Amino acid sequence: MKELLVISGKGGTGKTTVVGSFAALAPFKVLADADVDAPNLHLLLAPDQLEESPYSGSDLASVDRKACTECGRCTDLCEFEAIRNGVVDARRCEGCGTCALVCPVDAIGMAPQTTGRVYLSSTRFGPLVHAQLMAGAEASGKLVTQVRQRARAAAEQRHVDLILTDGSPGIGCPVIASLSGVDAALIVSEPTPSGLHDLGRVLQVAAHFGVPTAVSVNKWDINADLTRAIERLSIALGATTLTRIPFDPAVVDATVAATPVVEWAYGEASKAVRALWKDVASWGALT
Amino acid sequence: MIVAVASGKGGTGKTTVAVSLALSVPRAQLVDADAEEPNAHLFLSPVIRKTVPVAMMVPDVDLRACTFCGRCAEFCRFNALAVVKEQVLVFPELCHGCGGCIHACPEGAISRSERRIGEVELGEARGHRFIQGRLKPGAPSAVRIVREEMAHLHLDVPTIIDAPPGTACAVQEAMAAADFCLLVTEPTPFGLHDLRMAIDLAAELDLPAGVVINRSGRWDSPIEDECRRRGVPVLLKIPFERQIAEAYSRGEPLTDAFPEYGDKLRRAWAEIETGARV
Repeated sequence: MKELLVISGKGGTGKTTVVGSFAALAPFKVLADADVDAPNLHLLLAPDQLEESPYSGSDLASVDRKACTECGRCTDLCEFEAIRNGVVDARRCEGCGTCALVCPVDAIGMAPQTTGRVYLSSTRFGPLVHAQLMAGAEASGKLVTQVRQRARAAAEQRHVDLILTDGSPGIGCPVIASLSGVDAALIVSEPTPSGLHDLGRVLQVAAHFGVPTAVSVNKWDINADLTRAIERLSIALGATTLTRIPFDPAVVDATVAATPVVEWAYGEASKAVRALWKDVASWGALT
Repeated sequence: MIVAVASGKGGTGKTTVAVSLALSVPRAQLVDADAEEPNAHLFLSPVIRKTVPVAMMVPDVDLRACTFCGRCAEFCRFNALAVVKEQVLVFPELCHGCGGCIHACPEGAISRSERRIGEVELGEARGHRFIQGRLKPGAPSAVRIVREEMAHLHLDVPTIIDAPPGTACAVQEAMAAADFCLLVTEPTPFGLHDLRMAIDLAAELDLPAGVVINRSGRWDSPIEDECRRRGVPVLLKIPFERQIAEAYSRGEPLTDAFPEYGDKLRRAWAEIETGARV
C-alpha cells in the first residue's frame, strides 16, 4: 500500500484543490483529510457520514477543592502555567500529570477529555476519513495519526492500495505527524516570497523524516521568475519538479461550486491538474 | 490596544492585512506569531537587533544513578522515555517538556537539560517595532515561541499580531493577549467553513471580532450573511484582482502598491478601537 501526502508549508496554495481533483482522477483509493485544524476536503466531496467517534487527545487535570490545601506545589511545577489556586486552565493544560504526581494530598486527578471527532464517510470517489479538532485544542498531531490509521484500516479492508492524504499548512506537530511513514509527499507551492520561503522550510522537515518529495507550483504564471526560483530551490533540496498549474479563475468558480476543478471545467488549470496526476501516478516513490 | 490578525484557513491574506495595517497605523509594532512559517519579514526587510533563543526542557538521565526501574517511562504520557535493559532512551521530538519524569524518578537521576526549539527576533522595519518568532524545522510546537514573543511586547503602542493559521494551541496563545481579533477570510466555501471556526474561537475567548474579506467578488454574500448572523462586522473588502496578486508575488505590501488602502485600513482601525475589549 502507498500513501501520498499533499502539503504546502504556506497555507492557501491549493492543497485541497489538488487533492479534490486527484480524488476524481485516481481509480481506487481511500481519502484522508489530515488538516484536522481546518478540514476542507469534505466540502468538495459531499460525504455521507458512516461512522463518528469521539477523540481524546489528552487528559485534563481536575482538582478536588475539598482536599486541596492550596500549598502551591502544582502551580510551581506546572511548565504550562495551567494550574493556579486549585483552578485548572483547560486551554493550557497539556495533560502531562505532573501536578497529580506532585500533589502531597492527592487532590488532583487526571481524566480524558474529548477534544475532537473522527469521521468515516462515503463519497462518490471512495471512502473519506476526516476529523475535526475542537477550537483551541491540543495534540492535533495525535489526531492526525488517528486519521491516518483509520484510513489505512479502511484501505486494507477494501483491498485498496493507495491513500491520498490532504495535509495541513506549516511545519509543526500536525505536519510532522502526517509525514512520518508516508511513501511520498507532493508539495503545492505558489510563486510568492512566502511560498518560496515556506517551501524551503517544509522541504527541510520532509528531508529530516526521509520522505521523497515533489513540487508543483500553482498559479505559476503570476510570477514566472519566482516559479523558476522555487523549482531551482526544490531541485537543490532533493525534490522532483512536476507539472505547474496556471492561474485560472475557473479554480475559484469550481471551489465556490464545491466541485473538484477537473470536474468543473476543461480549462488550463484543469488540464494541468490532470497532467500533474499523470506525473504523480508514474512517480517512482509511489510505484 | 492589541489586535490579532487570524483566519482559520491558511493563505487568506493574514500577512497582507497585518503588514499593511502596521504600516498604516502610526507607531504600531508588528508581531509575526506564525513561528512555523513567518512571512511578514519578506515584505518589510526588518533590521534585527537582538535574537532571543527559545528552549524547552528535556530530561537528562544520569545512568550511574539510574536503577532502570521504569517509573519515568510509566509516568510519561507522551512516550518520550523508554527503559530497555540497562538503557534509557529519550525521544525529544515527543517530549512536551513537562518535567514530570524528574519528580517521578525515585533516585533523583533525572535533571533538566535544554533543547533549542527556535528563537524570537527583535528589531525594526520602516520605523515600526518588529518582533518575530521562528520555530526550528523539526521542532513540534510553536506555543513557547509565541509566549516568548508576547513577553517582549511594548504595551504602550498599538500592536498588530500576525497569527498562525488554524485554531489550535499556537493560535490561541497569539489570540489570548489580544483585545480584538481581525479575521481575514476569502469568499469560498473553504473560507466560510474556517471563518465559522475562527469566530467560534474568538467567542470562546470572549474576544470581539471583525472580518476582512480578501479576494472579494463573486461569493461575498454567504460570508456577509454569516457575519450578520454572528454579529461580526465586515470592516474591509479587498477585491479579487490579478494586479493585487502580482504585487503580493513581488513582495510589495498592499499599501505600497495601492496607497488608497492606507486610508481604508486607518478607517478600519478606528472602528476596531471602538469595538475592542478594554
